[in-house]
Amino acid sequence: MDNQQHLNQSGQQAIQEYQQMIKQAKPKPPVIKNSFWAFVVGGTICIIGQGLMNLFTAQGLGSLDASAATATVLVFASALLTGLGVYNDLGKFAGAGSIVPITGFANAMVAPALEFKREGMVFGVAARLFSIAGPVLVFGFVTSWLIGLVTFIFT
Amino acid sequence: MPGIKKLGKQTCRFANPPVIISSGTVVGPKEGQGPLGPYFHRVCADSLLGEASWERAERALLKNAFQLALDSAGLQPKDIDVLLAGDLLNQIISANYTARDLGIPFLGLYGACSTMVESMALGAMLIDGGFAGRVLQGASSHYNTAERQFRAPAEFGNQRALTAQWTVTGAGATVLSAKGMGPRITHATIGKVVDLGVKDASDMGSAMAPAVADTIITHLADTGRKPEEYDLIISGDLASIGKALVQQLVSKAGYEISEIYTDCGCIIYDPTQDVHAGGSGCGCSAVVMGSYLLQEMARGKFRRVLAIGSGALLSPVATLQGESIPGIGHAIVLEAWPDNRVSGAGD
Amino acid sequence: MEYLKAFLVGGAICVLGQLLMDLTSYRITPAHILVGFVTAGAILSALNLYQPLVNFAGAGATVPLPGFGHALAQGAIQGVQAKGLLGAFGGGVEATSIGVSAAVVFGYLVAVIFSPKGE
Repeated sequence: MDNQQHLNQSGQQAIQEYQQMIKQAKPKPPVIKNSFWAFVVGGTICIIGQGLMNLFTAQGLGSLDASAATATVLVFASALLTGLGVYNDLGKFAGAGSIVPITGFANAMVAPALEFKREGMVFGVAARLFSIAGPVLVFGFVTSWLIGLVTFIFT
Repeated sequence: MPGIKKLGKQTCRFANPPVIISSGTVVGPKEGQGPLGPYFHRVCADSLLGEASWERAERALLKNAFQLALDSAGLQPKDIDVLLAGDLLNQIISANYTARDLGIPFLGLYGACSTMVESMALGAMLIDGGFAGRVLQGASSHYNTAERQFRAPAEFGNQRALTAQWTVTGAGATVLSAKGMGPRITHATIGKVVDLGVKDASDMGSAMAPAVADTIITHLADTGRKPEEYDLIISGDLASIGKALVQQLVSKAGYEISEIYTDCGCIIYDPTQDVHAGGSGCGCSAVVMGSYLLQEMARGKFRRVLAIGSGALLSPVATLQGESIPGIGHAIVLEAWPDNRVSGAGD
Repeated sequence: MEYLKAFLVGGAICVLGQLLMDLTSYRITPAHILVGFVTAGAILSALNLYQPLVNFAGAGATVPLPGFGHALAQGAIQGVQAKGLLGAFGGGVEATSIGVSAAVVFGYLVAVIFSPKGE
């Protein structure tokens, strides 16, 4: 609102006309191609996850522990690939296929931490580990607490 | 009371047009592999330049560009009256630290990607006003410093939008002098900040296009010139989408420029280099204008050129607060003087 | 068959994320996808809608981020059942502690060992 009033002398009509021009000039994202690669890469990461699950279950771990062990291995692999500068190349064509699996979460932690390494261990690496992961944990933990609270009240 | 050298609403006409006596451009490997590779004075083999951080690498680029421009004019830092420079980083650290090393009286500038043309316009004013004999100008940008400040770190596995532009790793510098050989800056049109409500930080071209169009239209009106009187109209870093929008906006005002209009961001990379819409950053216009443009003017390909620096005054803080991205465009007219020569890559 | 199910369901969840980014405005960033999918997974799990998907697809449902939300929700519910209100605070964190801790430790180590390669 306030923002619109400050847009120099152009006025609302010029702004709307221009937004229309941009819409026509902008290329559309290749939705089908992007979705295809997101599906293939995301699905493949899940197959690897399933393989790890089966492996850990065969070692005698319970389903929760096997799940945690799987997450740990995937997180390790993703962190390593991020450090090697490979994960972002995967992300270029996989899009959400490399963001949505737990490996994407790990990449979102490592990438800023690595990039801000030169700003020191505390304000660089350690603080930046949570620049994207922090919000995920905040919303995750708060939602989880709310669910616990509701469960407590209704049982 | 209007200034005695002022023309129309926003344009200055220089009484004794200052001369661009030399230039220096340094780029990263990706720019060196692009179509303009042979024009640049120096192409670095890697984008870290052996420095300890990306920021220091950008400073090295800028310092190098200054050195090349000074060397090619046969000048020392002490021969320069004023240094005008800027970059994209917070507190324009590339320019500040480089100025510390050079020890030249320094005015730091922030015009986002319009900084190179802004510095040339101001340098020409200082000289034609009689306040300086020689002025050194420069601007720099670096893909890795800009992306992590404005968008995401390079290692983050996201997809870049199709409208996104690739920040040029490079720096350009020019020496302006009251006398000497080379193309002259005859006019400067100072742009207004124009904002038509673009909020997408991955679409800088659309954010800047209205400001650039406004400056082109104002310049033509102020000088009473027609687009045909220019051999080339070149904008700084609008890239493909912004360039198309400028053509539409200018033609709405009744001027046809498409035949002679191009954009540094559209010519610095090859489409196969995966840069999406094209190049951007202070370095984009600084290296293209400092090399390709001046060298082709020296060869006689262009005699009179309207060069517009385009800047998206993007702030990550303001963007998060829901503000739109203001744009700005500053223009200068470069004119080849009879028998002029400028330093080329081979000199 | 197990692998095929994991592939199909995991891939489909990713496609959903891709469509959210491609078809909506630029305001939906990968960070929003991460936050949104974890929260959505937790809520679906609390409504008993996610467990059936885990039963069907295994890693196809636990590896994508809604699976992380699912673990948080189930942890909180089980925590409350075991410890009462204290469990609401600890349950979700405990259930996901290994994964989160692994991400912190490996993230730190990688950031210390490697240097940013840039572009």
